[in-house]
Amino acid sequence: MAGIELKDITKRYPDGTEAVKDLSLSIADGEFVILVGPSGCGKSTALRMIAGLEDITEGELLIGDRVVNELAPKDRDIAMVFQSYALYPHMTVRENMGFALELAGVSKEERNKKVEEAAAILDLQQHLDRKPANLSGGQRQRVAMGRAIVRDPSAFLMDEPLSNHDAKLRVQMRTEVSRIQQRLGTTTVYVTHDQTEAMTLGDRVAVMRAGQLQQVDTPKKLYEEPTNLFVAGFIGSPAMNFFSAEIAGDTLKTPFGEVPLPERLKRAAASASGKRVLAGLRPESFEDAEVARRQNRRGGHEFEADVDLTESMGSEVYAYLRLEGDLAEADELAEIAADSGAADVPGAGNDQLVARLSAETEVTRGSRARFWMDNNQLHIFDVETGRSLGRDEQAPVASASPAGPVSEG
Amino acid sequence: MRHGTSEYTRWSILIVAVVAFAMIPVLWIMSLSFKTPATVGDGRLIPKEWTLDNYKSLFEGGFDSPLLRPLINSILIALIATLIAVTLASFAAYAIARLDFPGKAIVLGGALAVSMFPPISVVGPLFDMWRALGLYDTYPGLIIPYLTFALPLAIYILVAFFREIPWDLEEAAQVDGATPFQAFRRIIFPLAAPGVFTAAILVFIFAWNDFVFAISLTSSDASRTVPAAIAFFTGESQFTSPTGNIAAAAVLVTIPIIIFVLIFQRRIVAGLTAGAVKG
Repeated sequence: MAGIELKDITKRYPDGTEAVKDLSLSIADGEFVILVGPSGCGKSTALRMIAGLEDITEGELLIGDRVVNELAPKDRDIAMVFQSYALYPHMTVRENMGFALELAGVSKEERNKKVEEAAAILDLQQHLDRKPANLSGGQRQRVAMGRAIVRDPSAFLMDEPLSNHDAKLRVQMRTEVSRIQQRLGTTTVYVTHDQTEAMTLGDRVAVMRAGQLQQVDTPKKLYEEPTNLFVAGFIGSPAMNFFSAEIAGDTLKTPFGEVPLPERLKRAAASASGKRVLAGLRPESFEDAEVARRQNRRGGHEFEADVDLTESMGSEVYAYLRLEGDLAEADELAEIAADSGAADVPGAGNDQLVARLSAETEVTRGSRARFWMDNNQLHIFDVETGRSLGRDEQAPVASASPAGPVSEG
Repeated sequence: MRHGTSEYTRWSILIVAVVAFAMIPVLWIMSLSFKTPATVGDGRLIPKEWTLDNYKSLFEGGFDSPLLRPLINSILIALIATLIAVTLASFAAYAIARLDFPGKAIVLGGALAVSMFPPISVVGPLFDMWRALGLYDTYPGLIIPYLTFALPLAIYILVAFFREIPWDLEEAAQVDGATPFQAFRRIIFPLAAPGVFTAAILVFIFAWNDFVFAISLTSSDASRTVPAAIAFFTGESQFTSPTGNIAAAAVLVTIPIIIFVLIFQRRIVAGLTAGAVKG
């Protein structure tokens, strides 16, 4: 087992397009790191460079303490799980799983022993002599995992392994992947475009966009303290609401009226009074004003809005609010919406606002109601750079420190 | 149901007609091969007098018989040509399907252009060249021209098959520790087996059936193949035509092809890659 270190890795194609730009990331031994981003953000390319299936144009890649830039995949001691599983159709499950060992010259008994061990972990014992064509999707997925496990490699690389499953199986396999990784404690790099998967699986999540690393952090920090507009919009579902605002001293002029700025933002705002910014607030930071009063939630800010639509989820209600004045219309925002697929989600776009209300709310569709917002949760982003204000003092974007110890299974 | 029945009948009649159209010449040749010289011209499909003499006389005299040597020549030449063609074509096709190299289109286009050449147009020059090079009336003298015409075909078929094999499989093999050649031999080649066998059969049939090269580039039983040899059959006397013998030889040369196809048709099934990737 070993850590993986990417130092200023760049992938440039002959036509000059850069799929990955100056990617620096250090993955600790045993850590489970997720590369997440919209399609075309370079996350798969980054993974394939680690695997050795793609040449590295610039930069240095270390696995353990070896520089492996020039090594062929077979000499890197890594195992990869492909999106398509890539099982060898003419071999049985046993042969599939033992293929790498066979190539490595492991004796037949030893090979069988290891395959059986892995099969036991994955609950595949009774399928060992079947061909992939006769297995269900979930079983094939497990065989693909098994092929990786058998080898006991330095690291697992997984390229969107769950994206071919239906929603239910995906959740099931997600737990499985997580369980296996914890049990084996093998360094794992996992690529996905699904932010839910990223948030639930990873020790740390690296958000990428257009070949550039945006932020690496624990899922919790990513959610609570996104460093820029993109991360804020990409992480979380439903997505964060954005609206244009103007800093006016200690308050923020928003479509909801003047909202007092939270303490942590005041210092950053002081130097930028009068500046137009983008403000962001997650759906759960809104509440039906009446419910909020009943719950004695302090502070905050109340406003009135038209309710376009409500969706009851049972445990909560999503209300889509329409506001006077313009919500965020910055180009950046439109781009984010397109990038993160949020454009397809009603309300994540422009003139609508999603509020997640508790189930006791009595707000109905088409009515006008009073709402409460938790202004402490406000995020403010620079319109030009998209950077989060009030976080500039923090560690640089690609903070490389691994987060905390990894649980051993 | 009545509609269905009439449709069924219509199709049945059509199918029977087509099969009959295709099979009657074959049956006729078979029938001729079993007739005695006296009844050859009687115009009956079922022979009045059955005989195996036509077959026996083909092999009379053992190695000097009219058919044995040519049959051996045919089998060896066709097999060697097939083997070489498929081996070379699978390497070439793999490179074309998998690698990006300059001149790829030219290689494919060139291969196609070669196969477009009418064989008859190259026979004359080849005859002169082969005599000068000492290849006239030898095995290589036939195998080489067969390869030039069979390779493009084999390459085309195999490129199509290799392209269908998911890239991922090869990458998985690489990550699993295979060298490029191991990945080719253990993963890609077995998966392309249906394509390989399809190409093999077509090349074999091409070499086996060829008449133009065989008649022009051979002069003795040293390398004459069956189609050419049949043309040299003689009757029992100068007044009888060797109809029965020719028919018997025609039946015999068809048998290896039928066996070849029957053996490999089970391998030529699509769907061998089923289950490789998502499904």
